[in-house]
Amino acid sequence: MTEQSGAQSAVRVVDVWYEVDSRWVLKGVSLEVRAGEIFAIMGPSGCGKTTLLKLVGGLIKPQRGEIWIGDVEISRLSETALTPVRKQVGLVFQYAALFDSLTVYDNVAFGVRRHITRREEEVAKIVRQRLEMVGMAGTEKLYPAQLSGGMQKRVGLARALAMNPRIVLYDEPTAGLDPIMAETIDRLIVDTTRRLKVTSLVVSHDIISVFHIADRVAMLHEGQIVACGSPEELRADTNPVVRRFLQAGGIIRDGQTAVIQEHDR
Amino acid sequence: MQTRAPLRHPVYGLAEQATQLVLFVGDIGILLAQAIGFVLRGRWEVRETVVQMALIGAQAVPMVVITSGFTGAVLALYSAKLMLEFGVGSLAGGAVALAMARELGPVVTGVVVAARSASAIAAEIGSMKVTEQVDALRALAVPPVQYLVVPRLIACLVMLPMLGLLAFVTGVFGGYAVAVPLGVSPTSYLMGIRDLVDTYDVFAGLLKTVVFGAIVALVGCRAGLRTEGGAVGVGQATTNSVVVTVLLIYVTNFVLAYLLFGGR
Repeated sequence: MTEQSGAQSAVRVVDVWYEVDSRWVLKGVSLEVRAGEIFAIMGPSGCGKTTLLKLVGGLIKPQRGEIWIGDVEISRLSETALTPVRKQVGLVFQYAALFDSLTVYDNVAFGVRRHITRREEEVAKIVRQRLEMVGMAGTEKLYPAQLSGGMQKRVGLARALAMNPRIVLYDEPTAGLDPIMAETIDRLIVDTTRRLKVTSLVVSHDIISVFHIADRVAMLHEGQIVACGSPEELRADTNPVVRRFLQAGGIIRDGQTAVIQEHDR
Repeated sequence: MQTRAPLRHPVYGLAEQATQLVLFVGDIGILLAQAIGFVLRGRWEVRETVVQMALIGAQAVPMVVITSGFTGAVLALYSAKLMLEFGVGSLAGGAVALAMARELGPVVTGVVVAARSASAIAAEIGSMKVTEQVDALRALAVPPVQYLVVPRLIACLVMLPMLGLLAFVTGVFGGYAVAVPLGVSPTSYLMGIRDLVDTYDVFAGLLKTVVFGAIVALVGCRAGLRTEGGAVGVGQATTNSVVVTVLLIYVTNFVLAYLLFGGR
């Protein structure tokens, strides 16, 4: 099923409802991610962020609503029909989800061998480029168990980027990392988005990180989008749920003052 | 004040069990159909299949040799003594070989591989499921059935008959090692095999192992892919896979025995 969507729209979620065990996790969520931007979805744990990311990645299907990747509506597509869409969407998992039994090299080469080229010298070139891009050159022969959490996430990003996706989805990219590594990951997200001209959709409860990297931010609360706009617009938002979350995250004080100023970004 | 859980009518329990059974059969059928579809389209992972053949087949050889060898030996211990008393000691070899070819070889092989590999398959895929590696496969546009199920299914279908043949041979030799010292002459032991066992018995027994192989692979993969809930879920999937596989092997064995040897 195809149809022209709005101009410059990389991802469109239209009135999506998702139910688990007779509980609506998402209740009529709608949002649009523009091509080339870094769009972040923030919210407290359990508000449905990861569910929304999995829906956009085509890993689960909504009970109601539409999800558009470019001009393809994916919410009713079969696994086979989703294959071309998945090649355009890279997913970086919260805990990297690297294949335990494969080396770093084989992890990054996994999608390349199956969808881009079978010629090993070309595979090696792509793997080397992507590992260099995320600062993990030299780890090709290591297994995931030999890497730290931050290193695993970087390899996970290299694996996603190796498929040359148009859109990269990040699930809690800085969760569980020390501040320095979190900043490194933040920088990688911005760098790769700009250098490779991809669209990035980041899901995170790390509010500082979100305000560092995002062009636009949506706040998800109890399965609904309660605010959406630029970081500045969110700072000025009067919704009490948004204000409480931003205050707790140290983004605003006394309801007005921005802790992270524009020049920090 | 504590409230007591409402009593459930036994019919609900039965209905739940029946639903689970239908879901299980449906899942297995879908997995098999999808796997066949990938094989027919030539979409299977050669390297992964070879690795699984080594894990499921080659590494099971010592266990199959020991279990089937001793099974043949015990069989000879009972039958040879009795047959010598009745003056038909020459039939001992045939009796052992017939039992090993039709029944004990395939079942021992099936149960050994179920214990080793159904659990390993369920644990490995289950761990991948709970750590999102199965989702990562899908995100990389590689169907989990193609990468995980097809290699294990092919490995089981190819390796189980080989292990079954090995079980038959070692069982016969195990019987020989016991029967001859008991007084059965080596020549009559071997002649007994020639007289009582024909090629059909051996091939029909190997056909059983093919079916058992499919059961091991599909039940193990299904348990792994259905795993939920972290380490506890992986443990449950592992246990369930072995229990269900062994039960299915015994039930299927009866059906196959009836169909293949019922009139013989």
